[in-house]
Amino acid sequence: MSEIPTLRSRKLEILYNIPISKTLKFWQGLREGKIYATKCKKCGKLYFPPVADCAECYSSDMEWVELSGEGYIETFTHVNVKPASFQSEPDYTVAIAKLKEGIRVLAWLTDIKPENVKVGLKVKLFTEVRHDGRVIYKFKPA
Amino acid sequence: MKKVGVIGVGHSRFGVRQDVNLCELAFESVKEALEEAGVTSREIPYVAVGSYGVWYEEPLPAVAIAEYCGLTGAGLAKIEAACSSGSAALLAAYTAVKSGYIDLALAIGIEKMREVDTLTAVEIIGRAGSYLWEFENFGMTFPAYYALHAVAHMNKYGTTEEDLALVAVKNHKYGAMNPLAHFQKEITVDEALSSRVISWPLKLYDCCPISDGSAAVVLASEEKVKELGIDTPVWIEAIGFSSGTANLSKRKDYVGLEASVEASRMAYRIANVKPDEIDVANVHDCFTIGEIMAYEDLGFCKKGEGAKMIREGQTEVGGKIPVNLDGGLKAKGHPIGATGVSMVVELTKQLREEIKPSTRQAPMKNYIALAHNVGGTGHYCYVTILKR
Repeated sequence: MSEIPTLRSRKLEILYNIPISKTLKFWQGLREGKIYATKCKKCGKLYFPPVADCAECYSSDMEWVELSGEGYIETFTHVNVKPASFQSEPDYTVAIAKLKEGIRVLAWLTDIKPENVKVGLKVKLFTEVRHDGRVIYKFKPA
Repeated sequence: MKKVGVIGVGHSRFGVRQDVNLCELAFESVKEALEEAGVTSREIPYVAVGSYGVWYEEPLPAVAIAEYCGLTGAGLAKIEAACSSGSAALLAAYTAVKSGYIDLALAIGIEKMREVDTLTAVEIIGRAGSYLWEFENFGMTFPAYYALHAVAHMNKYGTTEEDLALVAVKNHKYGAMNPLAHFQKEITVDEALSSRVISWPLKLYDCCPISDGSAAVVLASEEKVKELGIDTPVWIEAIGFSSGTANLSKRKDYVGLEASVEASRMAYRIANVKPDEIDVANVHDCFTIGEIMAYEDLGFCKKGEGAKMIREGQTEVGGKIPVNLDGGLKAKGHPIGATGVSMVVELTKQLREEIKPSTRQAPMKNYIALAHNVGGTGHYCYVTILKR
């Protein structure tokens, strides 16, 4: 097939500076190996990802709660075709687990062969400093 | 409230359309829709353009398209609801006419996804949902989101990878009969099962292609329909809608899409239609598991029995309810903003019984059709019921 003529546009590179002031304790906690959720002091609803404002009762009076990180896998997938900005990463497994506290977390699952991952598998969250300096949370078998 | 009729439909060929730019692609469907309706661009007071954008160079597609198609001066908006942007645009045009505010409106759905490379397209759509919590550190992709549902569905209901392949085989069969489809080639179950893994358990043939395409519909009030002497209007009986959380981790389960259940309930209630009265449907099969979940979420079968429907051929011509006879997103292609409008174009033609070849025309009993359009992974959902 012959090449269809196109005009190459000017390049636009966008990097976002995402505000984290209101959830700073979460990001700092990761560096100390802790994973925090927020809890509404007024209605008691627990939030992960952590939030500064309660969508249930509209209170902004929240407290920080450290999560056990213990739970079991509800579903998962092994990602082979990765987005452009993840090309330098080895293939990864993404899982959603339900934690003891009743909330769910989506994260990578490591330290297990893909063929051994099953729904119901008990897992625990841990934190890790990545090669690029980012600190993230992941699951591993409990 | 006024009755609203679809009086003209247009549809470009879907596929890799680097032979045309955004505006030229829109022109193909707009011209056809206006000609069918028997109105000129100057008579259209309002145009809603369903599109996601980012993968093409124009940030204001509605404005660029309107100028190119001689629609400047009309009220314009680009409307975003991810893969259901087309239905969201349809709703905007529909409610404007339904309320009596205007008597004629144009809804255009368009996407031009092939101006960027494949992995950039994977990135753009992978970011849709909750960027910070699901993409930034975990690189979620659109196939990965549906794969999470496939694993949960397989685990709970015993749905198999072969069942998923059967959806692809069916939709490719009909796509092969549709000259506007991105893929016009039949495939076998073995080919589907042996295609490369994209996000396990979803393989290449479980995934819709990344497509360019446009579709357009002209809507008119009942008075306008009479004035124009339209003899085969198709009426929009209802557009139901709902939504789901940005974070997939906040969903109750992964075996269906709650937004589909709620949007369809709303549409059935307003249209006073039951699932078993529908003659033909287009459902959102961006991934094969999406079609199986849709059978269940829309009430075509009981929860957990979606795979049985495809195994028994209940969703082919001659079955209980024929689904995606244009090839679906799977084979027709999924230019995401175009899809919702494309569904209404296809179903309008089905209801008018003018599908060629007739082997992909659904038999009509009640002259009722349903379009199910999901945005993201159940982030948005619109269900449209049409009647002739």
